[in-house]
Amino acid sequence: MLIFIFLPIISVVLQSVHTPHENILITVENCDPFGCKKVTSIDHEATKNLNQSEPLGKFVGLDIYFDRGHLAIEKLKLIWKNSENIFSFIQSLSDLPFYKAVFFTLTFTFTVTPIMLLLGLLIALGVNSINKRLRGIVIFFSLLPMIVTPLIGSIILFWMIDSRGIIGNLIQWLFDDPNLSLKASTTLTWIMLIVYGVWHAIPFSFIVFYAGLQTVPKDQLESAKIDGANKFEEVIYIIIPHLMPLITFVTLMQLMDNFRVFEPIVGFSAEAHATSLSWIIFNDLGGETRQLSAAATSSILTIIGVIILLSPVLLRTWRDFKFKK
Amino acid sequence: MNLIKYTFLIISFLFFLIKNSFACEIKARVSVVGNEFPAIQTVGAGAKKCKGAEVKTNLTADHQKINVAGMSSEPAEYTSAIVANTSIVALLNNDLIRPLDDLVKKHGSKLKKNQLITINGKVMAVAFMANAQHLVYRKDILEKLNISVPKTYEEMLSAAKKIRASGFAKNPVGGAYKAGWNLAQEFNNMFIGYGGKHFKGNTPKPNVNSDAGKKALNMMKSLSEYMNPDFLTHDSNATNAEFRAGNVILMNMWGSRAATLTDAEGVSDAVKKGMDIAGPMTVGGGKIPASTLFWDGWTVAKKISDAEAEATFIAMMNAIDPSIINDEKVRKQAVWLLDGYTPTDAARGVFAAAKMNTTPYPMLPYAGLMHSAIGAEIADFMQGKENAKKTLSDIEDAYRAAAKEKGFL
Repeated sequence: MLIFIFLPIISVVLQSVHTPHENILITVENCDPFGCKKVTSIDHEATKNLNQSEPLGKFVGLDIYFDRGHLAIEKLKLIWKNSENIFSFIQSLSDLPFYKAVFFTLTFTFTVTPIMLLLGLLIALGVNSINKRLRGIVIFFSLLPMIVTPLIGSIILFWMIDSRGIIGNLIQWLFDDPNLSLKASTTLTWIMLIVYGVWHAIPFSFIVFYAGLQTVPKDQLESAKIDGANKFEEVIYIIIPHLMPLITFVTLMQLMDNFRVFEPIVGFSAEAHATSLSWIIFNDLGGETRQLSAAATSSILTIIGVIILLSPVLLRTWRDFKFKK
Repeated sequence: MNLIKYTFLIISFLFFLIKNSFACEIKARVSVVGNEFPAIQTVGAGAKKCKGAEVKTNLTADHQKINVAGMSSEPAEYTSAIVANTSIVALLNNDLIRPLDDLVKKHGSKLKKNQLITINGKVMAVAFMANAQHLVYRKDILEKLNISVPKTYEEMLSAAKKIRASGFAKNPVGGAYKAGWNLAQEFNNMFIGYGGKHFKGNTPKPNVNSDAGKKALNMMKSLSEYMNPDFLTHDSNATNAEFRAGNVILMNMWGSRAATLTDAEGVSDAVKKGMDIAGPMTVGGGKIPASTLFWDGWTVAKKISDAEAEATFIAMMNAIDPSIINDEKVRKQAVWLLDGYTPTDAARGVFAAAKMNTTPYPMLPYAGLMHSAIGAEIADFMQGKENAKKTLSDIEDAYRAAAKEKGFL
C-alpha cells in the first residue's frame, strides 16, 4: 500500500504544485537548409543553474489547479456573470477543456453503468434458463467482447462504422440518408462511444451475475412458486435481493472503470467530439510539449472525482456492514 | 594458367577491398526513433546495415510522443531521433541532444554544408531531406472538366464546386484535418498564407487572434464543406487512402508521401495514371504559399556514452550515404539534400515550394505549445459550434496557460 499507492500519489501531488522554472531566453542565429535566421532560444547554461539549485521547480501552489486548462476559476466567474440562465452557463462551460472532459466522462459513466448492469443481469438470467449442453458455448461467445483488447476492439469498430464501412453503410441505408456519418456528429459520436462501452463491459457483469445465480437457494424459489409468484416476481423479490452484494460490487468496479474511459476515444479518433479526464492526462503527458504539472493536476482532480463518485456506494456498504454486526 | 590464377587473385583481393570500404563497422549499440514515411524507412534500414553491434529502429507515427521520454533516461533508450524542424524543438528545450561538431569533423566528410543544422553556432542535427505540403491532384479529371490546375485556394474551391456538380466525386477535396497536430498544421499553413505571424515579434506572446487568423479559419471551413464528413478523424494516411480509392480529386499533401502514394496494392489504373503534383497554393492574394517548409534530419542523444554517440553517428552517416540515391526507387522517395541528388518528377512540388519562398516552420522553443493549443481548440470551430473570434481567443488562452506552466510567459 505504502510503496505502490501512497508514495506515487504524494509524488503526483508534489508535481502538481510545482512548475518548471522560467526559461531564460536568448536570441541566437540558427542555420538550416533554407538559410540562417535570428530566433529566440532557451539559454540552457543559465537555466541549468536554476534547475540544480531547486530541482523540483518553482512552487506555484494551486495556480495550475485554477488555470484555464483545469478548474479555470477566472473564466468560470466571467461565464457565470455573462450567462443568462443555467443552460447557457453549462453550454459556455463545456468550451473549457476540463469541464468538457468532465461532462463526457460523467455522461459516459452514468449511462454505461446502469445499462450494463441491466443487460448483464438479463443475459445471465437468459443463459441460466437455457439447456445445460448449450450453456458452455453461449458463455464463451458472450465473453468475447471482454477478451478483445479495448484499443483493438475500438479500432476495428472505427473502420466498420466509417461512412464507407459495413456498419456505417448499413446505418445510412436504414435511415435513407447518404450523408449520415457517425464520426462527424458529436451526439452520434457520444452514442457510439456509449454503445461501445456497454458492449465491452457487459461480459463482466454477466459472468459475475451468472456465478451468483448458481448460489440462489432452490427452496426459496420453490416456496415462491407454491405461493403463486410468477417469473418476474421471482426475479424482483428473490433473485435481485440475493444478488445485491454482487450488484454493489459490479457497480463499484464499473463506476471506477467507466470514469477512467480512455481507449475508445483514442481508438475511435474521437478527440474532436469527446474527451475524458484520462485522455487529457495522456495528451498532456504524451505530446512533444510534455506538460507534467498539468498532467499531475488532472490526475489529482481525477482521484478526487473517483472518491466523490464512489462515496455513496462505499458509505452504503459500510452502513450495511455495521448494521449486520 | 598462371595468368588466370593471378588475375583471379587480384580480382578477389579487389573485391575484398571494395567490400571492406563499403561495410559499416560500429562498436556500440545504436537505437533510432523516428517517423514512418518511406524516406525515413530507407534511412532506418540503412542504419541497420551496420555490423558489429546491435542496431534497433522504432519508426512510428507516434514518434513525437515517445522521443522525449526515450531520450531523458540515463543512459537514453534512443541514441538517435530522426526529427523535423518541428520536433527538434522539444529535444532542444529539454537539452537532450548533443553538439555534433567533433563528430562531423571526424566522420562527416560526405556532408554538404547546408545539411548541418546549427543552433547558436553548434551543429545539433544533420538534415537529409526537405519536405513541404503541396497540391496533389487528378490530372485526368481536371482535363475532362476543363479546369486548370488550381494555384490558389480560391481556385481550389471553385474547382471543387465544379467537380461535385459533375458527379465525378461527391467530396473532391482531401486534407489531413484530424483534430490535433494535423489540423493545427493546416491552420498554420493557411495562417501564414494570409500573412499571419504566430507571435508578437521575438517574444513568446501569442498573436493569432487577428484578421489573418479569422480568414484562415473561414477558408478551412469552406474547404471542409467539400471533404468527407469524417474529416476530423482523417490524418495523412487516411487522406491518402481516400485519394487511392479515387474519392479525392484535389488535396494538400506532404511531398514525402506523394511519390509513393499510388504504389499500394489495389490502386486502380485511373488513379495511378491520373495522379499529378503541383506546387503549393497561395491564398487571399498573398505571394507566400499557404504551406511551410520542413527539413528532416537526425540527432544524437546527449545522455549516452561517447562510444555510443560515435557508433550512432557512423551508422546514421551510412544510412544517408549519397550512394543510396543511385537506387531510382529511393531517389524518388523524397527531396534529398544529399550530394549528387537531382530532382525527380515527384520532387516538383517541394522544389516549387522552396522556389516560391515558402516560410520554414519556426524552430522556436514555444512553437510546440502553440501548435497543440491550435490543434485542441479549432475542432469546435470546424464543427460550427463557435465563431472564429471565439476560437482564436480560446487558442490564445489555452496557449497562455500552457506557456505559463512551462515557464515562457
